[in-house]
Amino acid sequence: MIRVVLPAHLRTLARVDAEVALEVDGQATQRSVLDALEATYPMLRGTIRDHVTQQRRPYLRFFACEEDLSHELPDAPLPDAVATGGEPFLVVGAMAGG
Amino acid sequence: MSEVRVLVGTRKGAFILASDGKRERWDVSGPHFAGWEVYHLKGSPADPNRLYASQSTGWFGQVIQRSNDGGRSWDPVGNKFVYDGVPGTHQWYDGTPHPWEFKRVWHLEPSPTDPDMVYAGVEDAALFRSTDGGQTWPELPGLRGHGSGSSWAPGAGGLCLHTIVLDPSDPGRIFVAISAAGAFRTDDGGTTWRAINRGLKSEGIPNPEAEVGHCVHRIAMHRSRPGVLFMQKHWDVMRSDDAGESWREISGNLPTDFGFTIDVHAHNPDTVYVIPIKSDSEHFPPDGRLRVYRSRTGGNEWEALTHGLPQRDCYVNVLRNAMAVDSLDSCGVYFGTTGGQVYASADAGDTWAPIVRDLPAVLSVEVQTL
Repeated sequence: MIRVVLPAHLRTLARVDAEVALEVDGQATQRSVLDALEATYPMLRGTIRDHVTQQRRPYLRFFACEEDLSHELPDAPLPDAVATGGEPFLVVGAMAGG
Repeated sequence: MSEVRVLVGTRKGAFILASDGKRERWDVSGPHFAGWEVYHLKGSPADPNRLYASQSTGWFGQVIQRSNDGGRSWDPVGNKFVYDGVPGTHQWYDGTPHPWEFKRVWHLEPSPTDPDMVYAGVEDAALFRSTDGGQTWPELPGLRGHGSGSSWAPGAGGLCLHTIVLDPSDPGRIFVAISAAGAFRTDDGGTTWRAINRGLKSEGIPNPEAEVGHCVHRIAMHRSRPGVLFMQKHWDVMRSDDAGESWREISGNLPTDFGFTIDVHAHNPDTVYVIPIKSDSEHFPPDGRLRVYRSRTGGNEWEALTHGLPQRDCYVNVLRNAMAVDSLDSCGVYFGTTGGQVYASADAGDTWAPIVRDLPAVLSVEVQTL
């Protein structure tokens, strides 16, 4: 079970009020976690990564275990603590306002 | 008893303002999609409880929302806007080629007859159409594939397709406007397009009378006379009597002919409304006085409508999508400002009163007469 923490606006869009728990097939990677997230919450498609290129949207970051994983390859394994559900995978909006 | 529902898109969410036919007391609901920019929301003429809304942010991109109960509840639908084929390039601000990149939906125009059909005008400029209630959005690529597409350049607000006008008498005919490319028309439902900018003169482009390159801000039509179009261009208020084949200036005695929005009275196709803005670098009313101008003669002769509007120290703007009319017997006129006010007139502009004063900056106003 993978735990994912979404930013507030995406929690509202997905109609969840806390972190979400996902079953991921195979190895836990950014791609497999986001695939599982979008399969469960299809309204999130296009809001975290581009529909076509699958690239992370520029004002979002991926954090886990106090590390910025945003620039890791999408198929790189996530830390064991994330893969085993000990630590959440965080989708974080850039601190910017307006 | 008739009712009106005013749909307001703002920088930080959508609001729905509802009243009975007297239009004196208003219920305000919202913000819907709080914190998101809502460039536009609009109801289906074929099913007034079917609404579509465009919400977006720089963080999370584009979402399209749909309501089947007049805006009480909403569900996200499809948000996949992918240009057809190899997107190619348009001009960038510095004149270099720049790839077409989807940014947001500026305008949603539901079909007059089918609640599941809706057009979306987007930045970078293109036209998409859904026939399944917003679930999927194929592009109508003939517009972007118009021979001039590679020369289109963005205005200050981006290369945006912000205006879609459907001809109620001819389902094949659609007018669109793009900043800063100009006006275009299709007569075959969107397969082929041509520029309809003859008569426009724009000093900010190398050839002021070029076929494309004009910063058209808004086009309005009266449904009883679809061959007559009114246009607020960057500068100049224009009119066409031949479905855009040619345009002539009707700015007449306006204090300035810069502005963003324009609309037509619901029952009198020669009564036109504009809100003059001082200049392209001073986006506020001349002299700090917020005045709607009305022509009862189809242009050239304009009267200032001021009763109930601030006549000193007012420095708000009124954006292109932020004025609309209802179709009650005494035509109501509505507009929203970047200062967060939404003003209404229940007597065709003679007197005005604010419905709300303190919303986020208003991006769009649409009205449903129920």
